[in-house]
Amino acid sequence: MADAVYLAQELPVASLKHNSVGWWGMLCLIATESSLFVYLLFSYAFFAVRFGPGWLPVAHPSLKLALPDTIILLSSSAVIWWAEKGAKTGRRRQHLIGVAATMAMGLVFLIVQALEWKSKTYSITSSSYGSLYFTITGLHMAHVIVGMVILGVVFAWSAAGKFTPRRHTPVLISSTYWHFVDAVWVVVFTTLYLTPYLVNP
Amino acid sequence: MTTAWEDARRPRIVAIDGDFPGARLQRMWETAPGLKGWISSVDHKEIGKRYIVTAFVFLILGGIEAMVMRWQLAAPNQTLLTPEQYDQLFTIHGVTMIFLYSSPILTGFSNFLWPLLLGSRDMAFPRLNALSYWIYLAAGVFIYAGFVTGNGPNDGWFNYVPYAAKTYNPGINIDVYALGLILLGISTTVGSANFVVTFLRTRAPGMSINRVPILTWGTLTASVANLLAVPSVSLAFFLLWMDRQFGTQFFTADKGQPLIWQHLFWMFGHPWVYAIVLPAMGMVSDALPTFCRRPLVGYTPVALATVATMALGFGVWVHHMFATGLPSLALSFFSGASLIITLPSAVAVFAWTATIWTGRPVIRTAFLFFASMIVLFVIGGVSGVMTGSTPVDWQLTQTYFIVAHIHYVLIGINVFPVAGAIYYWFPKMTGRLLDERLGQWNFWTMFVGFNLGFFPMHIVGLMGMPRRIYSYAPEMGWGPMNLVISLGALLFAIGVLLLVVNVAVSLKRGCLAGPNPWGAPTLEWSIPSPPPPYNFAVIPTIESRHPLWEHWLNESPAPSRLTEGLLLDRGRETIATTPFDAEPNLILEMPADSFAPFILSCGLSLGFAATLFHLWWVAALGGLIVIGALVDWFWPRRVHADMEAANG
Repeated sequence: MADAVYLAQELPVASLKHNSVGWWGMLCLIATESSLFVYLLFSYAFFAVRFGPGWLPVAHPSLKLALPDTIILLSSSAVIWWAEKGAKTGRRRQHLIGVAATMAMGLVFLIVQALEWKSKTYSITSSSYGSLYFTITGLHMAHVIVGMVILGVVFAWSAAGKFTPRRHTPVLISSTYWHFVDAVWVVVFTTLYLTPYLVNP
Repeated sequence: MTTAWEDARRPRIVAIDGDFPGARLQRMWETAPGLKGWISSVDHKEIGKRYIVTAFVFLILGGIEAMVMRWQLAAPNQTLLTPEQYDQLFTIHGVTMIFLYSSPILTGFSNFLWPLLLGSRDMAFPRLNALSYWIYLAAGVFIYAGFVTGNGPNDGWFNYVPYAAKTYNPGINIDVYALGLILLGISTTVGSANFVVTFLRTRAPGMSINRVPILTWGTLTASVANLLAVPSVSLAFFLLWMDRQFGTQFFTADKGQPLIWQHLFWMFGHPWVYAIVLPAMGMVSDALPTFCRRPLVGYTPVALATVATMALGFGVWVHHMFATGLPSLALSFFSGASLIITLPSAVAVFAWTATIWTGRPVIRTAFLFFASMIVLFVIGGVSGVMTGSTPVDWQLTQTYFIVAHIHYVLIGINVFPVAGAIYYWFPKMTGRLLDERLGQWNFWTMFVGFNLGFFPMHIVGLMGMPRRIYSYAPEMGWGPMNLVISLGALLFAIGVLLLVVNVAVSLKRGCLAGPNPWGAPTLEWSIPSPPPPYNFAVIPTIESRHPLWEHWLNESPAPSRLTEGLLLDRGRETIATTPFDAEPNLILEMPADSFAPFILSCGLSLGFAATLFHLWWVAALGGLIVIGALVDWFWPRRVHADMEAANG
């Protein structure tokens, strides 16, 4: 038999960071989930335009809870970034602490959202604004919960030593999803809480 | 400690030599026999065939529903059906054909063909592929369970409010449709993500994006569109379900906006129309040239036109709403946008015509189906241009003219190419050719029956016959024409039956096909029929668009290498390449057969069924099953050498 011939280039085996197909799959998920929120906010804009400024039950939605809550959720993106850095450099403790902190911030966000819901004078059935408000924020909260479940599983795998500085695709994928959940909130918050100030100065 | 998997390697390059390396790969890739293997298989070829068979069963069910309606309408004042039964029948007919047949059948062909066309051993996400099938099946059963118990959707396939609202439609009919379609949307979405990543990452080395078959362009375009458009209809149905169950105010007449239902539905619906024709047009673009003995005329324009059609398709949804009282500026814009779609569509038509014109056509059954599709496409396209013009549409909307148009488009650009594709790729799937003589009968019966049945619908539409009426009075004068329509539809149904007969007979008794019975140019014909579980014994290296025609086309400086290539045999492996130039950049470890997709779909179906009846604890149980299956799915099982080093 002739001498064995090999490809000139050495190829990594199995999913590796941004080359992993799983990461590309997550980008597809984010694309379709983003579309969902685009259609939700399109609906919001459609109602707002059709009914005019009087449609808003409150001319200026209170930012007392919503703004600090937004800051908490946005900062959690920085925390998960720090956690991911831990996984990349082999500091497992840093990764675990960061993921746990992110989940805790997610939980705080949800609790404050629940308080925010309670403080509303309208309900999901009282007006189309109420229906949209609770559906949009509720669907976003569902995404936060899914993100927390994903982070919880990744936390357990990290604690079990499943990741190395070279191989930690699930870490990358989970934190990408978390960034997406945060980014969606920025758009939702801007639409629901800030645009009324532009319309009713 | 388990043996660690290596971290990186230079894959060996070998030549195929008899059973080497096939025999070894066979053991790694083959599915276990029996029920266990049937439920756990992730082989794209098995899944593709299941998709095709299931979708075809739905085509036959939808056809039977159509025949019952045609019996009712064959003469004035017939009493075979009550109005309520007629409502459910025309609705389930539309739902079946549009959602449960026309997209899944193309998904089936693409599932079966893609890895073979692209020189890969499977799709990028084999388990996701299985999941997509199981959920599709579950959604179909879900909707049909409603129909057979008299609780099927009954408001037309586009389900307009306020008739779909609880006040006017108090049964669970619309809820069955709403939840069933959201479930189906999950299937479509995961399937589309799979196609997108497969296209971008698992093409054979050298198959740059200007060398892929047009079918992959069609399905890729459809898949990207599905990712962006399906959330719209899922959201619409979710909001409607909330309106009906919890009293929200999205579509109510007093506090909500009924019209936004139509926006959300058609923002999805129009891209969807292209999603269920572009892959079929792709099949024609790939297979028609084989019978013309020359490459497709205008590969690049056709590929670009495919993408352009879809891009424009996102900006035309209001042409379904010309009669809703929108401002004339909006009507003009959307009318103009709709008419512009003629341009990319014409590119494909002229490319096919030129391919036949400048080729040396071999008239086989598949060729007849593909060539006749061009004619039907033009007829459906012209009636589309007519209805795309606002003033004409005001006259024609809600008449049988629209029924004629949608059937010329969907049967013409979906069913005819699919029938051709069955004749063309059946040998690859089964190793046997379909009978050619029966095939000619099959084609002519379908072609004559279709035109006899559907062309007069234009005329009764122009005579003023509305769509969706369960009967009509003799004085209207529509009787004779309707009898012709019903007879034509019957002939068409007999034609479809001949196709089924041909398949049933040829499965056992057809002539053996060999690897390449048509002398076709693309990769799937370079391997045995049916292909082995691993598809390619060695990963081919591609240098042109027509790897099997290189010896006479002289397109490429170097020949493609099909019998010598990367040997990936340390477990289920295939190659991942870069998105544009297809240079190898990763050895992909492919998953083994798995029960997770089946269990996940069972949990999901349980959740949806329980939600229909407000059994929240059962729904939560379904949710837990889904989470459990997902955790198992993503469990990092393999320990690589570098991980062993890091963890000691």
